Amino acid sequence: MTPRTLFEKIWDTHVVHAEAGQPTLLYIDRHLVHEVTSPQAFDGLRLARRPVRRPELTFATMDHNVPTTDRSRPIDDPISAQQMKVLADNCREFGVTLFDLTSPDQGIVHVIGPELGITLPGQTIVCGDSHTSTHGAFGALAFGIGTSEVEHVLATQCLLQDRPKTFFIEVNGKRPFGVEAKDIILSIIGRIGTSGGTGMVIEYGGDTIRSLTMEERMTVCNMSIEAGARAGLIAPDDTTFAYLKGRRYAPKEFDKAVARWKQLPTDSGARFDRALKIEAATLSPQVTWGTNPGQVVPVEGHVPDPAEFHDADARKSAERALDYMGLRARTPITEIAIDRVFIGSCTNSRIEDLRRVAGFVKGKKVNKSVYAMIVPGSQPVKHQAEEEGLHRIFTEAGFDWRESGCSMCLGMNPDTLKPGERCASTSNRNFEGRQGKGGRTHLVSPLMAAAAAVEGHFVDVRQYDVKKKR
Amino acid sequence: MEPFKTHTGLVTLLDLPNVDTDQIIPKQFLKRIERTGFGQYLFYDWRFLDGGKPNPEFEPNQPRYKGASILVTRTNFGCGSSREHAPWALLDYGIRCLIAPSFADIFFNNCFKNGMLPIRLPEPQVEELFQRVRRTPGYQLTVDLDRKKITSTDGLDWPFEVDEFRRHCLLNGLDIWWPGDKLIEQACPF
Ligand code: SF4
Repeated sequence: MTPRTLFEKIWDTHVVHAEAGQPTLLYIDRHLVHEVTSPQAFDGLRLARRPVRRPELTFATMDHNVPTTDRSRPIDDPISAQQMKVLADNCREFGVTLFDLTSPDQGIVHVIGPELGITLPGQTIVCGDSHTSTHGAFGALAFGIGTSEVEHVLATQCLLQDRPKTFFIEVNGKRPFGVEAKDIILSIIGRIGTSGGTGMVIEYGGDTIRSLTMEERMTVCNMSIEAGARAGLIAPDDTTFAYLKGRRYAPKEFDKAVARWKQLPTDSGARFDRALKIEAATLSPQVTWGTNPGQVVPVEGHVPDPAEFHDADARKSAERALDYMGLRARTPITEIAIDRVFIGSCTNSRIEDLRRVAGFVKGKKVNKSVYAMIVPGSQPVKHQAEEEGLHRIFTEAGFDWRESGCSMCLGMNPDTLKPGERCASTSNRNFEGRQGKGGRTHLVSPLMAAAAAVEGHFVDVRQYDVKKKR
Repeated sequence: MEPFKTHTGLVTLLDLPNVDTDQIIPKQFLKRIERTGFGQYLFYDWRFLDGGKPNPEFEPNQPRYKGASILVTRTNFGCGSSREHAPWALLDYGIRCLIAPSFADIFFNNCFKNGMLPIRLPEPQVEELFQRVRRTPGYQLTVDLDRKKITSTDGLDWPFEVDEFRRHCLLNGLDIWWPGDKLIEQACPF
């Protein structure tokens, strides 16, 4: 048999109908739903008098709008409250499992899917949310869809898709201290650009990737969409299986499932449409300076001069970005002072992220000029952190410790930047206004965010550590 | 869904690459639970100054572009969030056709679900369109999906490419229900 990639194996087993010159009809194993991109889809079903075809494969949560303050109080924003109520009503009417605001499992959709074992290797997973690519960390083909497609999947459990191309990115070698999963993916986006993966599914491999924990793999796959890719994939292995074992929705006959999953990794000799190799040893902690995730430099670098860009679009983008970000060309990154720190989002709000932050800030203080908040990705993450006493380390250091949700990743709830405020953020998008109108976002790893919180400006965590050890 | 066959309309310009869906429709307007009414919020943070007055520096705000239904813009338009509110807002504002060197995948897909036609043209041609439009107030294009051609009264006559299946759906106003429940029932082994 011809050798196949992980992507091809998943795709081939999910084809319901294929005809030359037409998109393929794919079967969908898991459909995740949140309150922002689903109301119009449920409305469409009601209009057409259709049921949800496989409610038992559909899971909903509230994350984008939810307040991250005291949950016993009523929600201030009546429109947010209504959107959440509409989701609850829809789930009840159509028989869909919902993890609502009061649920001990509530959290960001891309955090709770894996946590509950809803996300499994070899599956097709969709959600009306572009960061569905996160679930690719388990070797599942997972991608974001629009609301019309949400409706289609609700009604049919199938989806029309053009077959994407494949892109293999191999990262090898030992990661230097201070270089996190976030830095790997940011530097990849910096290299291939925000449309470098358009029309493609990226598989990440190489020994550096294989050595990552599941949390770290999720960080990498999460931001595949920021490189324009349809999805990110990492082959399942013992790390994956160990993570999934015993999770609530994981298969009961677990060993049988593992035997199946072991067939998934890309066969040797399989072909990709594009390939890229990266040496981990050459990577540094990354900081974005602009208004898209591809506008990124190593922390030891400086804000680029737009004149350095040969491409006219890139130059124009850079000029505009510097203007919006209030930065001058050639400013060293470590001289950029910040006002806010946000540690959270579906990129970096899992227990391991919080442990690393706690390890760094223990016994230190958040700088007087900074307001810093930590928003766990889910209620289970929050409880785990509290059980380990991390919340005490955070609050003693001066961090605000919040309830779970998307929070200031996109600021649909009250957590937003004010115009002109500059934020070190562990989220995934530094678009204009993303965290609040006029707000200035720099994307960094949790470790870099923690260090910036302590120092009040960006610092190279590698030097920081050496300095403290002496 | 309204079929898209031939469309003639005024052209407006957005001279920026990598326009993300957060800009097309900022998050504070995603709380509506309908598909309509988003046009007033299109490009909100660019289109309006603080206080809600139109921003005169935002090119599409110029009076000469009022009523435009074709948007010409730069590479990687529609990147970022999967929100279908972005094409809904453009459609509600009056845009039926978009022309750019490239589009982000999810946005591109979402357009077709709403009877809108995104056209990819090579960068030099897009650049030329920018120049023609800026030179000639009231510049109009005719987009003929049947013949896969873009024409204008100034002699412009360019072919464009579009996926056959999507063309078929747009020409016939077919929405997302293809290929129909029957086929799914018959063919779905799951
Ligand atoms: S945390 Fe941010 S990126 Fe992730 S799902 Fe929520 S809003 Fe989207």
